[in-house]
Amino acid sequence: MSNSAPYTTIIGLEVHVQLMTRTKLFCGCSTKFGGAPNTQVCPTCLGLPGSLPVMNRQAFDLALRAALALECTIAPFTKWDRKNYFYPDLPKGYQISQFDLPFSSDGTLEVVDPKGAFEPRRVGIIRVHLEEDAGKSMHDEAAGTGDTRIDLNRAGTPLCEIVTQPDLRSPQEARAWLNELKLLLVYLGVSDCNMQEGSLRVDANVNLHIPQPDGRIAKTPIVEIKNMNSFRSVERALVYEAARQWEDWQATKAEMGKTPKQTRGWDDPAGITRAQRHKEESSDYRYFPEPDLVPVTVTAEQIASIRNGMGEPPVSLRKTLASKWTISPYDADVLVNQGRELVDYFEDLATRVGEGKVASNWMQQDVLRILNETNGTVAAFPIRPAGLADLIGRVMKGDFDTSRGREIFAEMVTSGRPVDEVVASMGISAVSDDDVIALCRELLAANPKIVADVKSGKEQAAAGLIGQAKKKNPNVNPGKVRATCIDLIRGMD
Amino acid sequence: MQPIEMSAVDLVAALRQGDITAVQCTTAFLDRIEATNGTINAFLAVDRDGALTRAADIDARRKAGKPLGALAGLPVALKDVLCTTDMPTTCASKMLQGFRPPYDADVVARLRNADAVFVGKTNMDEFAMGGSNENSAFGPVRNPWDLSRAPGGSSGGSAACVAGDMAPVAIGSDTGGSIRQPAGLCGITGLKPTYGRVSRRGLVAFASSLDQIGPMARSAADCALIMETIAGHDPGDSTSLAVDVPRYTDLLDKPLAGVRIGRVPEHYAEGLDPEVAKGVDEAFAVLKAAGATVHDVKLPHAKYGIPTYYLIAPCEASSNLARYDGAHYGHRAEPGKGHRAEPSQQADGFESPLVEMYCRSRAEGFGPEVKRRIMLGTYALSAGYYDAYYAKALRVRRLIRQDYLDAFQSVDLIGGPVSATPAFKLGEKTDDPLAMYLVDLYTVGTNLAGVGGISFPCGFTKSGLPIGFQLQAPPLAEPLLLQAADRFQRLTDWHRRRPKTTGEVKA
Amino acid sequence: MTTPPQPLTAKDVAKVALLARLALSESDLERMTGELSKIVGFVSMLGELETSDVAPLAHPLDTQNVFRDDVPAASLSTAEALQSAPRHDGECFLVPAVLGDSGAA
Repeated sequence: MSNSAPYTTIIGLEVHVQLMTRTKLFCGCSTKFGGAPNTQVCPTCLGLPGSLPVMNRQAFDLALRAALALECTIAPFTKWDRKNYFYPDLPKGYQISQFDLPFSSDGTLEVVDPKGAFEPRRVGIIRVHLEEDAGKSMHDEAAGTGDTRIDLNRAGTPLCEIVTQPDLRSPQEARAWLNELKLLLVYLGVSDCNMQEGSLRVDANVNLHIPQPDGRIAKTPIVEIKNMNSFRSVERALVYEAARQWEDWQATKAEMGKTPKQTRGWDDPAGITRAQRHKEESSDYRYFPEPDLVPVTVTAEQIASIRNGMGEPPVSLRKTLASKWTISPYDADVLVNQGRELVDYFEDLATRVGEGKVASNWMQQDVLRILNETNGTVAAFPIRPAGLADLIGRVMKGDFDTSRGREIFAEMVTSGRPVDEVVASMGISAVSDDDVIALCRELLAANPKIVADVKSGKEQAAAGLIGQAKKKNPNVNPGKVRATCIDLIRGMD
Repeated sequence: MQPIEMSAVDLVAALRQGDITAVQCTTAFLDRIEATNGTINAFLAVDRDGALTRAADIDARRKAGKPLGALAGLPVALKDVLCTTDMPTTCASKMLQGFRPPYDADVVARLRNADAVFVGKTNMDEFAMGGSNENSAFGPVRNPWDLSRAPGGSSGGSAACVAGDMAPVAIGSDTGGSIRQPAGLCGITGLKPTYGRVSRRGLVAFASSLDQIGPMARSAADCALIMETIAGHDPGDSTSLAVDVPRYTDLLDKPLAGVRIGRVPEHYAEGLDPEVAKGVDEAFAVLKAAGATVHDVKLPHAKYGIPTYYLIAPCEASSNLARYDGAHYGHRAEPGKGHRAEPSQQADGFESPLVEMYCRSRAEGFGPEVKRRIMLGTYALSAGYYDAYYAKALRVRRLIRQDYLDAFQSVDLIGGPVSATPAFKLGEKTDDPLAMYLVDLYTVGTNLAGVGGISFPCGFTKSGLPIGFQLQAPPLAEPLLLQAADRFQRLTDWHRRRPKTTGEVKA
Repeated sequence: MTTPPQPLTAKDVAKVALLARLALSESDLERMTGELSKIVGFVSMLGELETSDVAPLAHPLDTQNVFRDDVPAASLSTAEALQSAPRHDGECFLVPAVLGDSGAA
C-alpha cells in the first residue's frame, strides 16, 4: 500500500506445511506424492474400527526444528486433541490436532526487502502446532451432481500449522514474508514447501484499519481468504480483497464485530474473491484430549540438540556471507534465496578463488544466469566449484580476458569438460608475459603515431593497439596489452 | 469328565498329553454351541469349519512333533468387538453388519500365535454400551441360570457362553464393568486388567481412556493362563504399558497370609440386595480364613462414579463413533429410500445430499442406546457445556483416582459386590436408561482410576442366581488379584456349579 | 457447576443431533429430549463438588513420550482398503457430491 492510501491493510497468515517424513504422522504408510489413489493407506489412516495412532518421532523433531527456527517458545509439556467434524476426506470423523497446549508458541520471523520496497517487518508467530492432514476429495465438475471420489493417500500426512499475528501491512509484504518462510523451512529440511503438490498451503485473514476524522480507527470485518495456489495468488487475492473491502466500507460503513468472520474463496482465473457459504454448526469442533495418544515432554537438552543440528537459518546466513566474503547485502540475499546448496557451492568456490566478491560476481552473472535459463539446479550444474575456480583463477591471472573467460565458461557448461580441455578444443592457448611483451614491442615499432600520442599524455590512444594485437594473437588479454604498451612507451624515455 | 466341563488349564494339559485331540475338544464345544445357542443367543457368529480346520492342523503339528503355542487346541470365544480377519466384526450393530476387518486385533493375533482355536464371536450390547446385553441389534442373550433373565453386559455373550459350557474361555472388554458385571451375574470369573496391560489395538473403541480387554473363564487359574498370552506391550498401541508380563500361573500358589483387604462401608448403602450383601460378607470371611486381614477403607467419591462415567464415556464415544458415517465402510442409507425420517432439525431439508447421507445412515445404523450416548457426549463437549460437564467430570475423575491411590496406601486389595442385585429380568430396565446406568455402580471406579479388578462367584441366591464378588487392586497388581481369587476358589466350589437350565440340554 | 443446568429444549436437542449427524423424527426428538434431560439432570450432581483446585484427569496413564521410528510399514492393497466401502469405483471411495476439501485446518 502506498503511504497515500486512506487505510492500512492488516494481514495475518495461517500456513500449513507438510513435513518431510518418509511415513505418515501416526502410521507407517508412505507420504510420497502422486501415488495411485488409496494405495498408501492402512487401518489407521483409513480410520478403521479398532485402529490406533502412534506418533512419528521424526515428524515431531521436524516440527520442533521449524518452531525453533521461528524463535518460538517450546512448551515443556504438550498433548494432542481431537477436532471433531464430519467430512468424507476425514475418515475418523475427527482430526488429531493440538488445541490448548500446542508444542510451541510466541515466535517471530522477520522479512527484509534488500531493495527497500518496504520497511523490515518482524511478524509475530502466535503458535506452531503439529497435526494430521486430511485426504483428497475429487469432484467431476462437468458431471455436476455426480459422486465425489475420495482418495485417502494424503490422510494422516504430518502437517505443521503456523499462525501469524496480524502483523503484515501489505500484500507485497505478505508475499515476501511467505517467500522467507518457505526459504527457511526448505533450508532446515522441514518441508519441500511445494505448493503445486499441496505441501504448503496458505489462508489469509485481512481487514482494513481506516482512520476517521475524529481520530478513531474504523476496522472493517475480518475476511478469511482460502484457495490460493501460489504466493502470487496470495498477493493478488490480498490486493483484490483490500480494494473490495475499501469499496464495501465506503458503501456500507460496516465494521468488525457486527458480522461473523466471513470466508471467501480466491477464484484465480477470475481474479476475484467469492463469499463461501457459512455453516452455522461447523465451528463447534468439540475439541477434547486425544485419549489414544500420550503427552510429550521436551527437555532443554533435546531443544539444544535439535538447535545444534539445525544449520544456519537464511536470516543470519545472509549476514554471515556478507561479512565473511565482503559482498554486498544484496548479493548475499540473492545467493541465500537460491537455497542451501547454492550457498554451499558459492562458499566452496569463494574459498578456492580466494576472493568472495569475484566468486559472487561469477555466481550472479554466470552460474545463476545459466540455472535460470535452463531451469536447472546447482546440484546438477555441470561445472563444479573446483573447475570454475580454475577458470576464474586464470582470468584473474590475466591468462584470458573476461569475455574469453565467458566463452570458455559457456563451453564448459555445454561439454562438461574442464578448462584445459575446453581451451585446447577451442584452440585457445594462454599467452605468456614474454609473448605479450614481444607482441607489444612489435606493435609499438609499427605504430609511431600512437607512441607519440601516448607520450604526449593521450593514454587513450593506446586503445588503437588492442585491435591489432587481437588480430595477431586472439588469445591475448586486451587489458594486459594496453598496460604493457603504456609501460613500454614510458620506459622509452 | 466331558471336555465341555473341564477347565482351560485342564484342557490345555489334556491336549498336551494327548488325552484328547484338538478336534475332539473343539467338536465337543461346537456341538454344545449348536445345541444351546438357539436358546442362549451367546454367539453372533460360529466358525465351525474354520475352528475344525485349525484344530486338525494343530493335531497334525503335535503329531509331527512340531512346536506348538501355549494354548494349543484350546477353544476360545471372542467378543464381537475384537477385529478378526476370518470372521465378521459387528459390535452387535446393524451399522457394522457383515463388516470384515482387514486386520486382527493384537489380542487375536497373540491368541492365534498361541494356537488357540476361535469358535466364534460373542453377542454383546451394541458397541459395548449397556449392562444387560439387551442393546444388541441381534437380539438379547439369555442368562443360562434363568432364561428369563439378562446375563448382564456388555460382554453378556462372552459370560453366557462360558457359563453355558459353550467355550472354556471367552475374551471380553470392560469400559465400566462390562467384563466383571456379566461375569458376576453369570457365575463365572472375569478379570479387567490394569489400563494398558492388554493392547487395545483392534478393539473397536467405545471410550478409549476406559476400555480394557480381559479374560472371562470358569476360574481365576484359567484367567491367569489366558493373561500370559494376551498381556504385554504392543508398540502399535501408544497407551500399552512397556512392562514385563509375569508368569501369572506360577504366582497363584503364594499364600494369602498378611494380605490386607479393604472393605468399603458405603458399598452397603441402600439398594444393595440383602442376599448379595450376605454373599459378600461370607466371601470376606473366606478370605480371612485364608489368612487375609480385612479393614474398612473409604472411597469418598465413589457415589460420583456413575455421573462421572456417564459423562466421560459418552464424550469419548461420540467422537469414537463418528467414523461410522456410511462413507468408507458400514451401513449407508439408500438415497431417498428406507424410512423417511422427516428429521425435525432439518425443517427445510438437509443442507446437502452428503449431510443427508450421514444423518440417515447413522439414524438407521445405530440403536437407541448408542444414539443416546452419542447425543449426550456431543452435548457435553459442545461449546458452552464443555466446562460444566466434560471438564467437570475430568476433575472428579482425578478425585476418584486419588481415592483409590489413598486407599491402596493402607490395603492391598479392595473387596465388595460387583452388582447391587443378582441377574435382573429381561426387559426390566429397558424403559429406564438411567436405572440401567446404575447397574455399573460398583464397577466404574476401577475404569476411571485405571486400576484392575476381578469378579468371581461367592454364592447363590435362594432362587439359584449367582452372586458376584469383586476385588480391585493397584495398577499392575494382577498377580495378587488372581492369587486371591484362586485362593478363594480353592476353598469354595461356587465357581464349579453349573446352571441346570442348560445343563439339561444334552450335547 | 455454579448454575444449575437449564432444562434441555427440543431445539437444543435438534442442534446436537445435527452436530452428531443423527436424523431424528419428531417423535424421536421428543423422546430424546425427555431422556437426555433426565440424564443431564442426574449427572449434574457433580456440581455438588467443589473442584476449582482439582486439575482435570483425561487419562489414567502417566506414560509420556511414546513414539515410533519413521520407518515405512506395509500398506493395504486398494482392494482391501475398499473392501467394505458402500460405494467405490475400484480406485476411490464414492460419496454424494461435496465441494472442496475440508482442508484439515
